[in-house]
Amino acid sequence: MTMMKGDPSADRRTHVPDAGTTSAEAVEKARRDMLHEGRVKKRTRIGADVVCEAILRQGVDVLFGYPGGVILPLYDVFGDYPELRHILVRHEQGAAHAADGFARATGRVGVCLGTSGPGATNLVTGIATAQLDSIPLVAITGNVPAALLGKDAFQEIDITGITLPMTKHNYLVRDANELPRVLAEAFHIARTGRPGPVHIDITKDALQQETRAEHPSEEEVIAGLPGFRPTLDGHPRQLRTVAREIANAKRPLILAGHGILIAEAWDELRELAEKASIPVAWTLLGIGAIDETHPLAYGYMGMHGWKHVNRAIQSADLLIALGMRFDDRVTGNVRSYAPHARIVHVDIDPAEIGKNVAIDVPVVGDARHVLRALLPLVAAVDREARASYFEQLAEWRRDSEAASWHGSGMWRNGLLSADFVIDQIGEANHHDATMVADVGQNQMWMARYGGYRRPHSHISSGGLGTMGYAVPTAMGAALGRPDKTTWAVCGDGGFQMTIQELATLVQDRIPVKIALLDNHKLGMIRQWQEIFYDSNFHSSTMVGPDYLKLCEAYGIPAWKATTPEEVRPAVDAANAVDGPALVWFEIASEQNVFPIMPAGKGLSDLIEDWGAET
Amino acid sequence: MSADGGTTNAAAPAARTIPGTGVGRRHVLVAVVQNRTGVLNRVASLMRARNFNIESLSVSHTDSVEISRMTITIHGDEFAVEQATKQLYRLIDVLKVQDVTDEPTVQHEFALVKVRATDRNRGEIVSIAEMHRGRIVDLAGDAVIVEATGTEPEVDALIALLRAYGIKEIVRTGAVVMARGSQSIEEAVKR
Repeated sequence: MTMMKGDPSADRRTHVPDAGTTSAEAVEKARRDMLHEGRVKKRTRIGADVVCEAILRQGVDVLFGYPGGVILPLYDVFGDYPELRHILVRHEQGAAHAADGFARATGRVGVCLGTSGPGATNLVTGIATAQLDSIPLVAITGNVPAALLGKDAFQEIDITGITLPMTKHNYLVRDANELPRVLAEAFHIARTGRPGPVHIDITKDALQQETRAEHPSEEEVIAGLPGFRPTLDGHPRQLRTVAREIANAKRPLILAGHGILIAEAWDELRELAEKASIPVAWTLLGIGAIDETHPLAYGYMGMHGWKHVNRAIQSADLLIALGMRFDDRVTGNVRSYAPHARIVHVDIDPAEIGKNVAIDVPVVGDARHVLRALLPLVAAVDREARASYFEQLAEWRRDSEAASWHGSGMWRNGLLSADFVIDQIGEANHHDATMVADVGQNQMWMARYGGYRRPHSHISSGGLGTMGYAVPTAMGAALGRPDKTTWAVCGDGGFQMTIQELATLVQDRIPVKIALLDNHKLGMIRQWQEIFYDSNFHSSTMVGPDYLKLCEAYGIPAWKATTPEEVRPAVDAANAVDGPALVWFEIASEQNVFPIMPAGKGLSDLIEDWGAET
Repeated sequence: MSADGGTTNAAAPAARTIPGTGVGRRHVLVAVVQNRTGVLNRVASLMRARNFNIESLSVSHTDSVEISRMTITIHGDEFAVEQATKQLYRLIDVLKVQDVTDEPTVQHEFALVKVRATDRNRGEIVSIAEMHRGRIVDLAGDAVIVEATGTEPEVDALIALLRAYGIKEIVRTGAVVMARGSQSIEEAVKR
């Protein structure tokens, strides 16, 4: 085992395997190939150069991609931009997820690329994930030369037709002279207002075409997009109304969503909560908006949220929803949702307000702008003034937390309990790691038991629920925040969906730690079949490989833990590796995530069956 | 199971209303959009994906080559139509959307109707067309093409009368609409 180096961000390019390992020479050769070492730049500027220049101008220095026929002109010039690091993934879905992870961990725009046809369609799942979760992403694909468009040429598909309904905007570029404007617009649109993915499809001949077109300034970009003017500031009259609602409320509750993280409004959120003594609940993507140890941090809401949080929502007389969208996993049946509450809804996207739930006080604006303007208008409320409310909340919380925690580390029959594993990973990393969830039971255990204390420390595919998300996303998160340890937590189902990216971790020495929660099941499917389909199990049992042998084959250090005592040492050992590592947790195969709100039911209709600890 | 923990008043609360009245009617939206490749596709795709039913959609250039204008008629309740409007605004190329359903407007459409005609009834068809401000734009041995303009009910009425003679084919543009008075949605965009 190697020693930890100093600041891992100091020289990321030196991350090559230790001399003597089997793949060290191969990795070094690949690196030399990518840098075109020894090549002298002496040629005219072409469309491909514009793409590289534009990405660097945006402050992005790492991108994720996979080459192919029509995107090769871009790969032909990469060597001339050594400051732009290209990560060669093993499947384009991994490229899109990695760019997504980079964006979520840093708040900056992530960039991924692929070739035409299958390269482009493989990106689609990752682009859709970014669309549903409002992630700033620029996805670049090559397409066949313009003269062949529409001719069903080799690897031609109408990819802009495919991405049109699942991007914030998209472009098909056939003229290199348009590339500076299109690239600049794409980055501006991706990160401005409600963020989202932008797809740029570029014909091969445009990538090869000589051009002198200059990059526009941000002002020129904005002037060229008259139909894109997001509202940042809340309407003053509405803000006064919000302040009045807060003053009148006896049982107010803040619902913090992803918008707090996107707008970087966590300080303002905390100030509002403290000034008016309002507890804070959060959505899946709102995790990290407030330090979970803060006295006013109350918990995670929704289908698998904490019972005490859902009780608080159902009894609140005022919900202050900040940058969230009343997803069906949050509300359950809308008719029985928060029956006593008036609702204030702050969101930057006017289309979200009133979409799912009727709103009493709508405020369109950026969470940070709105909260800054709102804070001086809100009357300070002493915590004592809400004493009975806080007593009730504390009592509910004690009951709910005590019931739902396997503190011994064991579920029934001495089997390892997943909540304990997640808790231990959080503890071992002092709750400062970037924790990337996959999808399913592991995702819900992560949301409930991770114990998050800083913004962007929890990453999860919320809207699309993309299995196979964790490992590739963690690659991008780790490269974006090399100062933080990055853990990908997956089940055996999701892990096997994108398992090929293990080779990417090795080749580019990306220090992702993987926690594999192996229950030999598609756990959430098994849970639904048990509870909602009368235990009629079908296709929810999974055979996997020997993951220690698998990791050995890839050259990744790995440990296995099957008892509570083995959990912490394995996590610590993985953390001590300078590079990727994996811990294989053999957990109980029949453990369910509770509570669960059945689809179509309300937040008061939670099912729980905690069973007895052994 | 009671989730309110007894802290709230005992009376069962009323069910939260789901947005929308459920009572649909025809709405007319005017959208001013940038004349860029694919903008029609974007609008049509959005309406399909969001489950809004387009009854008719008419697109044309405006006085500016950079700007196009769409007249969209959809069926839905006030909430659904407001959602459609908001979703349209999310498209980068959309500059302005206005629901003109309850505004004073001129709403006209244009139709061509090819009707079977014989020497005996051709005169009748011509006079029916003329009574409805239509005109004959093509004359063949056994058919005529009637050009009709007017509001949708007016065009419907003329077509109903022509049906008695046997309609061979019809093409209708769907309504195009403009607000009465001096106000202009296009000038509003330029400001």
